[in-house]
Amino acid sequence: MLEIKNLSVSVQNKTIINSLNLKIERGKKVAIMGPNGSGKSTLSNVIAGKQGYQINDGQIFFNDINIFDLDPEERAAKGIYLAFQYPVEIPGIANSSFLRTALNSIRKYNGEKDLNTREFLEECKNLSKKLNLDTSFLSRDLNTGFSGGEKKKNEIFHMLMIKPKLCILDEIDSGLDIDALKVISDGVSEYSNENNSLLIITHYQRLLEYIKPDEVHIFNEGKIIKSGDYSLVEKLEEKGYQEFV
Amino acid sequence: MTTSETAKIVEEASEYKYGFTTDIEQEFAPKGLNHDIVKFISKKKNEPQWLLDWRLNAFDMWKNREHEMPEWANLKYDSIDFQDIHYFAAPKSDEEKPKSLDEIDPELLRAYNKLGIPLKEQEFLAGIKNSHKVAVDAVFDSVSVATTFKDELNKLGIIFCSFSEAVQNHPDLVKKYLGSVVPTNDNFFSNLNSAVFSDGSFVYIPPNVKCPMELSTYFRINAANTGQFERTLIIADRGSYVSYLEGCTAPMRDENQLHAAVVELVALENAEIKYSTVQNWYPGDKNGKGGIYNFVTKRGTCLGDNSKISWTQVETGSAVTWKYPSVILKGDNSKGEFYSVALSNNMQQADTGTKMIHLGKNTSSRIVSKGISAGKGQQTYRGLVNVLPNATNTKNFTQCDSLLIGNDCGAHTVPYINVRNELSDVAHEATTSKISEEQLYYCRQRGINEEDATALIVNGFCREVLKNLPMEFAVEAKKLLELSLEGAVG
Repeated sequence: MLEIKNLSVSVQNKTIINSLNLKIERGKKVAIMGPNGSGKSTLSNVIAGKQGYQINDGQIFFNDINIFDLDPEERAAKGIYLAFQYPVEIPGIANSSFLRTALNSIRKYNGEKDLNTREFLEECKNLSKKLNLDTSFLSRDLNTGFSGGEKKKNEIFHMLMIKPKLCILDEIDSGLDIDALKVISDGVSEYSNENNSLLIITHYQRLLEYIKPDEVHIFNEGKIIKSGDYSLVEKLEEKGYQEFV
Repeated sequence: MTTSETAKIVEEASEYKYGFTTDIEQEFAPKGLNHDIVKFISKKKNEPQWLLDWRLNAFDMWKNREHEMPEWANLKYDSIDFQDIHYFAAPKSDEEKPKSLDEIDPELLRAYNKLGIPLKEQEFLAGIKNSHKVAVDAVFDSVSVATTFKDELNKLGIIFCSFSEAVQNHPDLVKKYLGSVVPTNDNFFSNLNSAVFSDGSFVYIPPNVKCPMELSTYFRINAANTGQFERTLIIADRGSYVSYLEGCTAPMRDENQLHAAVVELVALENAEIKYSTVQNWYPGDKNGKGGIYNFVTKRGTCLGDNSKISWTQVETGSAVTWKYPSVILKGDNSKGEFYSVALSNNMQQADTGTKMIHLGKNTSSRIVSKGISAGKGQQTYRGLVNVLPNATNTKNFTQCDSLLIGNDCGAHTVPYINVRNELSDVAHEATTSKISEEQLYYCRQRGINEEDATALIVNGFCREVLKNLPMEFAVEAKKLLELSLEGAVG
């Protein structure tokens, strides 16, 4: 699904990602853990196509296409989704109309017809129930005045509606209470199947306890310093990052 | 962004959709302005002596100030040679006024169809189900060419016709209210308009009648080197209601063209007037060549107690906009509202806002202004809230937001607040923001390209104003905003 080859990225001449190699197979759940400032968010933004990063070396392939030739919206249309650590607010635009615009843009890119509005709203309502969200949250302005937990849930809500092939969850668990964390991880686990892949970026063990990743990588100073299976998470929780650095 | 996309956007941005000209035979007054021209216009319209005298008086007043164009606005433009303008142009085929829509020059009908304004009533009726009926008065250069749904309105006693017809058929009403809200010498442009106004719309709603459809006027400037000076007068009698909408377009020309209209609204006791404008005059090209100079005086008087006047405007066109739709709150408990979206892209400049003059007791006003600047556009909000000593318990709320797109545009806010009693409550809030990279990135990550994302964010910014427009026109206004923004990003 995703293959990162020898990637080096810097911001204002400071190296953030350093000769990174990472492969995410179809159907796999991959976790990246690492301390603050280790370059985790930079990695997710470089995959999603945010501007302002200097790519010094390397390539990223998504289903064998080099994505550095694609705009962020094209990457999104091809199935890359990033759940933001800090979702932005857009006043005056209802959450559901934003989502419909997004879905129709993706469909247009892929040569499909616009959504049936009624079916779309029906699906929205069912899903928001599942995520324990009041339906008023569909008509509220996008992320505007949402609590931290609501914003994160909304990212998952968008994800489940857009149905991407690769979901990058950038610290989706930060600032969540236990109930919200449960709802979100249930949603993610249910979505995960043999046709899509997850890249979960986090500091903490708790989310991973629910989602149970297939592979775990420990990230520091822009590279992977240790890889393993879920047992690595437990080891990390016990001994802390210092042990591996 | 790929090269082909960029090319497409550049191509579309340089294209003003309404920029065609219509090739019809026109009759012009000679260029220039003097007593003879004023007499010529009046004679063309077969006006009574009192109106000719009114015009000549206006002309004499204007003549004394011909070289004193107002300079206080935050606008830069070439000086206007008022002797180099045609003050009257009319389609020749209209010499013998058409008796029905069937007699209208097909070329004219085609012109309006191109603009998306069907002048045939059956086209309205065959239109989208559940859509409201809209009666249209269409003004082409200096004359009104068609008014629809006249019969249906007549049954209710509603008068909706061209200004010229009103002068012939309802002289008492015209005489009573003409100039009663905007005095002849109110300002340079109202003064000029009073001398040379050509046509426009006239509306009278009788007591306790709620006008069952939107009334609408479309203004179209077609002839070159011609000024358009229309005059609109709307009177809502006791307990009546009317919603009125005007739209404007003009062909693309390299020369600047002058538009100086006067609109007067009168709301009597318990009456309500809702006046909406979608202004899309030709804005000039990317480098600021051509475009309409839009100097307009719009004002309403809440003459009776408990009356209400509400202005909503979407201003996307014109090279220069100078416009302050205002309300004089004379009746006790009367309400004034001003909702505005103004967009300046490329080299466009707008100095626009409102005046709320509180005279009566317990009067209230609400101002919501959304200014959007892109390209090298300059945008100024200028507003006055004036609360006079007797206007006790006045309430005003002003919200004034500016949105900047790019680094070469400007937004300015000039509020004047004058409160002359201690029992009133006046609030002013203002914000200036930029579309952030983070917002655009977020939208793009969700699959929405940069152009669409910008339009989405702008529409969200304007929502509070757009929701005040009649539904069909809100959709049109949204599209217009998107169209006007093309080429503003990337």
